[in-house]
Amino acid sequence: MEYINLFVKSIFVDNMIFAYFLGMCSFLAVSKTVKTAWGLGLAVIFVLVVTLPINYLLYRYVFQAGALSWLGAGFADVDLSFLSFIIFIAVIAAIVQIVEMVVEKFAPALYSSLGIFLPLIAVNCAILGGSLFMQNKDFVNVGEATVYALGSGIGWFLAIVMLAAVREKMAYNNVPPALKGIGITFITVGLMALAFMTFMGISL
Amino acid sequence: MNAKLKETILNPIFKNNPITVLILGICSALAVTVEMKGALVMSISVIIVTGVSSFILSLIRNTIPNRVRIIVQLVVVAMMVILVDQILKAYAYGIEKQLSVYIGLIITNCIVMGRIEAFALGNKPIPSLLDGLANGVGYGLILVVVAIFREIFGSGTLFGVQIIPQSLYEAGYVNNGLTILPPMAMILIGVIIWIQRGIQKDLQE
Repeated sequence: MEYINLFVKSIFVDNMIFAYFLGMCSFLAVSKTVKTAWGLGLAVIFVLVVTLPINYLLYRYVFQAGALSWLGAGFADVDLSFLSFIIFIAVIAAIVQIVEMVVEKFAPALYSSLGIFLPLIAVNCAILGGSLFMQNKDFVNVGEATVYALGSGIGWFLAIVMLAAVREKMAYNNVPPALKGIGITFITVGLMALAFMTFMGISL
Repeated sequence: MNAKLKETILNPIFKNNPITVLILGICSALAVTVEMKGALVMSISVIIVTGVSSFILSLIRNTIPNRVRIIVQLVVVAMMVILVDQILKAYAYGIEKQLSVYIGLIITNCIVMGRIEAFALGNKPIPSLLDGLANGVGYGLILVVVAIFREIFGSGTLFGVQIIPQSLYEAGYVNNGLTILPPMAMILIGVIIWIQRGIQKDLQE
């Protein structure tokens, strides 16, 4: 039950885009058509689900204050948490590279559809943001971290596909010239975020 | 050379602003602008990180193999962010807690990476430093403008000092709660882009 609650919460209430604005750059740049938005969304879900549990385990057993106590009593007061930024980003960059190579080798069809987005994802704030939120949230086990990653990824995916669908329709509308393109997109996202706020307070 | 240098410094502040024209670094621009204090600390942090990491990467630009350059950039930027974060933790703990993950997210702030890729890797250290600093300032400018609107209309204060007179509240004025919420930040930036494109016609799509 807790897992379902966490899952629903991370999709709708703590939506990466509409509540925290993470991964905005690629969100705005790649949401022109539903097809590409779909690809990037899937890639984000995938990379989040792979990297977040790894970062969780690393943080829990190596970098957190006192996390090294399993090595012996002498290590109990070692606090390496200041290193977490650089470790998280290194893990993310490495995993993205590995995933890219594996996908290219074993699933060329998937690679050609995700291909261009995978390298971009290493610098997507949503991925690093997921790991940093995990650091603040004190999950009790790796299962929770994975569920949180899956939920956040799906939330991001939903948001980008929805925006792409709106933008495809908006191409036929008569928008004031100065507002055309990115300006109206910002306002659209604002209104969508407003709509998403109705989910606030849901808990199962 | 002098005119070129001037352009490097002035361009990012209005004509080629990283947020409203290049659409980079939006995440933090939206999230930390509820209050002036947070916005200002965030801007200063970004100015320092972009400036110094552009400078460092420009110094070593000829020795980085092209294939691994993203990793090298990330390491330099992450190191700078860790320094900023530790300094904030030591001297401004309350603000650091309030900005929470967004300080860490400067690492993936597209402005930093974008300027390194687009400018620092092909230019000498001093212009790169100036370019980084100027882009940071352009970013900070938008942050401050958005934060002024959100704080005045959302909580009636500026830097935590009450601006809207008490008599107005007694006459029935109510703070606009919507401006504190995330969606309003999006709409405000949309409006700023609208105004800028109204002035600079060549940016219109």
